Amino acid sequence: MSAGVSGAAVSPGPAASGPAAHAGDHAAAHGSDPASGYASDYAPVSGWGRTAPTAALVVRPRSREEAVASLGACAGRGGIARGLGRAYGDAAQNAGGAVLDMTGLDRVHTIDADTGTVVCDAGVSLHRLMQVLLPLGWFVPVTPGTRHVTVGGAIGADIHGKNHHVSGSFSRHVRSLDLLTADGSVRTVRPGSRLFDATAGGMGLTGIILKATFRCLPVATSFMSVDTERATDLDDLMARLTATDDRYRYSVAWIDLLARGAATGRAVLTRGDHAPLEALSGLPARARRDPLAFRPRQLPAAPAFVPEGLLSRTTVGLFNEFWYRKAPRLRRGELQRLTSFFHPLDGVPHWNRVYGRGGFLQYQFVVGYGQEEVLRAIVHRIAGHRCPSFLAVLKRFGEADPGWLSFPLPGWTLALDVPAGLPGLAALLDSLDEEVAAAGGRVYLAKDSRLRPELLTAMYPRLPAFRALRAELDPEGLFRSDLSRRLGL
Amino acid sequence: MKDAFGAPQSLLVLGGTSDIAQATAHRLVARRTRTVWLAGRPSPALEKSAESLRQQGADTRTVAFDALDPEAHETALGKVFAEGDIDMVLLAFGTLGDQARDEADPLAAARVAQTNYTGAVSAGLICARALQTQGHGSLVVLSSVAAERARRSNFIYGSSKAGLDAFTQGLGDALHGTGVHVMVVRPGFVRSKMTAGLQEAPLATTPEAVAAAIETGLRRRAETVWVPGRLRLVMSALRHVPRPVFRRLPL
Repeated sequence: MSAGVSGAAVSPGPAASGPAAHAGDHAAAHGSDPASGYASDYAPVSGWGRTAPTAALVVRPRSREEAVASLGACAGRGGIARGLGRAYGDAAQNAGGAVLDMTGLDRVHTIDADTGTVVCDAGVSLHRLMQVLLPLGWFVPVTPGTRHVTVGGAIGADIHGKNHHVSGSFSRHVRSLDLLTADGSVRTVRPGSRLFDATAGGMGLTGIILKATFRCLPVATSFMSVDTERATDLDDLMARLTATDDRYRYSVAWIDLLARGAATGRAVLTRGDHAPLEALSGLPARARRDPLAFRPRQLPAAPAFVPEGLLSRTTVGLFNEFWYRKAPRLRRGELQRLTSFFHPLDGVPHWNRVYGRGGFLQYQFVVGYGQEEVLRAIVHRIAGHRCPSFLAVLKRFGEADPGWLSFPLPGWTLALDVPAGLPGLAALLDSLDEEVAAAGGRVYLAKDSRLRPELLTAMYPRLPAFRALRAELDPEGLFRSDLSRRLGL
Repeated sequence: MKDAFGAPQSLLVLGGTSDIAQATAHRLVARRTRTVWLAGRPSPALEKSAESLRQQGADTRTVAFDALDPEAHETALGKVFAEGDIDMVLLAFGTLGDQARDEADPLAAARVAQTNYTGAVSAGLICARALQTQGHGSLVVLSSVAAERARRSNFIYGSSKAGLDAFTQGLGDALHGTGVHVMVVRPGFVRSKMTAGLQEAPLATTPEAVAAAIETGLRRRAETVWVPGRLRLVMSALRHVPRPVFRRLPL
C-alpha cells in the first residue's frame, strides 16, 4: 500500500514553492535535504486570522520516514506540525524554527465499511474523508465549522462540533494514534493513557501525529433535516436551547451581537440531524437517485486585497439584520445539504481575506452551567462595545473531554470573530478573560492569539501535568510553537 | 511573542533614557510586556528609568551601551539576545546637537552624525540579524520629520536622521519576508527634555502621543508612522516646495 510515494525523494519542484513560499532572497533556502529527502523552504507563516506572521523553515514530509527524518530540522528553535492552517492564532507557527506541513501524509489506509472504523494518515482532511466515506454511508464523528482541517489538527486541537452535547470532542472517537515523539520513536497511543490525554488538545506539543484510527457515524443520506427558529433575545435563546437541545444531534445558534436594547442576544437556532432516506421523498428524482452524493458548491475565492474596514459596524449590522429577518420564525424538517448546514463558509475559498490585511481574531470561551449571569454580562458587554461580528455562535457543550488541554466544559460556549483593528478590542477581551477565568471558564487555545499568559493555569488546571509530561518526554523542547512560547505552555 | 495586536512580551530599548522610549515602554508594559532591557550609557537616569518600569511590574534590566562605540555593540547586544527572544527593539537614542555651535565645531557636528547615524547603523544591523534568526520581532526606529527635508535651521541633525531614515527603509525591505517587521517613526516637534528650551514648532506633540502611535503601528504592522498623522500630508507638500521658496520659509 505504501508503494509510490514513500520511497521517492521529493524534488524541490512546484510543490516546494507553493503560495506561502517567498521569492527572491530566500531562494537559497529552497530545496530538499539530500540525506532525508523532504522538501523545505523558509517562508512567513500565519494562522487563519492572519494577525502575527512569523517566518519558519516549512518542511514537507511525504512519508512516515521523511517525517522522522524531518525531526532533524527541529533542532535549534524546535518544530511544530501544521495541517491546513485553520487555527486562528499562532498554534501552527514556529518563528525561526521548523513548521512541518503534514498535508503530504494524505493516505486513507483502510475503511471498515461494516463498523465505520477508519485508519488514515494525520494529513488527511475531513473534506477528503467526506468524499470517501459518504458514498459508503459513513460520516466523520465530529466536524467543526470548516471541513478543511486535517485529522492530526482535529486531534491536536481536540475540535468540537455542533454535536458536542451528544458526541463530545473529536478525540473521544479516536481508538488509537501513532505519535512521533522527541526521541525519534513512533508510539501507538490509546485512549486512557497519559500520553493520549496530553496529546488530545495538546496543540501538537507532545509530538507529531502520523496516523489515527477512529470510529465514524453511519448516515443514510448526505442531507440534513433542520429545524430553524428565531429567538427574540438572549433569555429566549438560552431558554430554547436548554429546553430542547437534547432532541437534536446537532445544535447551534447564530447570535446577533450588534443588536442592542431589548433585542440584545437575538438569535437564529439551527438544529437537526442527518436526514433518513424517506425524508428525501419530496426532492427531485435526481437527488433521490444518489442520496449520499457529496458535491460541495464553490463560489469564487475572496480577492487577495480587500480594503480594511469593509466589515464595519454598519455593513455587519446590515448583514445581521438581514440574516435575522431572513430566518423563519419557526420551520421544521427543512432539508439542507450537509455542506450548507455544517460549512457554509467553506463555499468561499480564502474567506478570511475579507477582513483586510489587518486580519481578525476569534474569541471563544466557555463558562459552566450555573454561570449564566456571567454569560449574560459578557454578551451585554460585547453588544455594548458594538463588535462587528457576523459569525458569532452560541452553543451548549456536553460532558468535558479527557484531554488535559481540551477546551470543552459542560456549559455555554460563545464564539465570535472580530477585526483585529477594532478600537479598544484588546482591553475589552482582556477584561472578558478575567470574567471567564473567575467563573471557572476558559478560552479555546486553537483560536487564541492574545490571551494573557498569567490566566492560563486558572483556565486549564491540568496544565502542570501537561508541562510535567512534556518535560519528561521532550526535555530539549523539540516541539515548540509561537503559541507555546507566548503562553508558556 | 507578539500577540494578535502586535503587543510585545519582551522589549529592548536602545537609548533607555529617552522620553519617547520611556513613554513607549510604560505603555507596552501596561499591555503585555514583562521583560524590558534598557540599553544606554550607565547613569543614574538610566537606573531611574529601569526602576520606574520595575514599579510597574516589568522585569527590567539595564545594559551598558554607547552609540559612539560601535566596536562594543556586538558584545553588549549579543548578551541581551542570548538571554531569550526579543519581540521588539526600539532604537531611540539620538542627539539634537546645537546647530549654531556645531556649524562652528566640525568635531561636534560629526559626533551628532556618529550618534544618530553610524551608531544606529551598527546597532540596527546587529539587532536585525538577531531578529532574523528568531524569525520574528519588530525593529522600531525613531527618525524625525527633519529627515524628510533638510532645513537651514537644523540640517546637521536633519541630515543624520535622513541617513538613519533611509537606512531603516532599506533594512525593512531587506528583511521583508523574514518575519521581521521594521518600522520608521517620524515624529514632529516633541515636547521632551531633548527639545527643552527650544521654540515649539506647529503640530507639536508629546512622548505619550508618539508611544500611542507606535502601539497602533505595531498592530497594523505599519512601515512608516508619522506623529501626528497630519504631518504626512504637510511634509509631502513641503517636500515639493522649490528650493528658493523653501529656504525663505520660516522653518
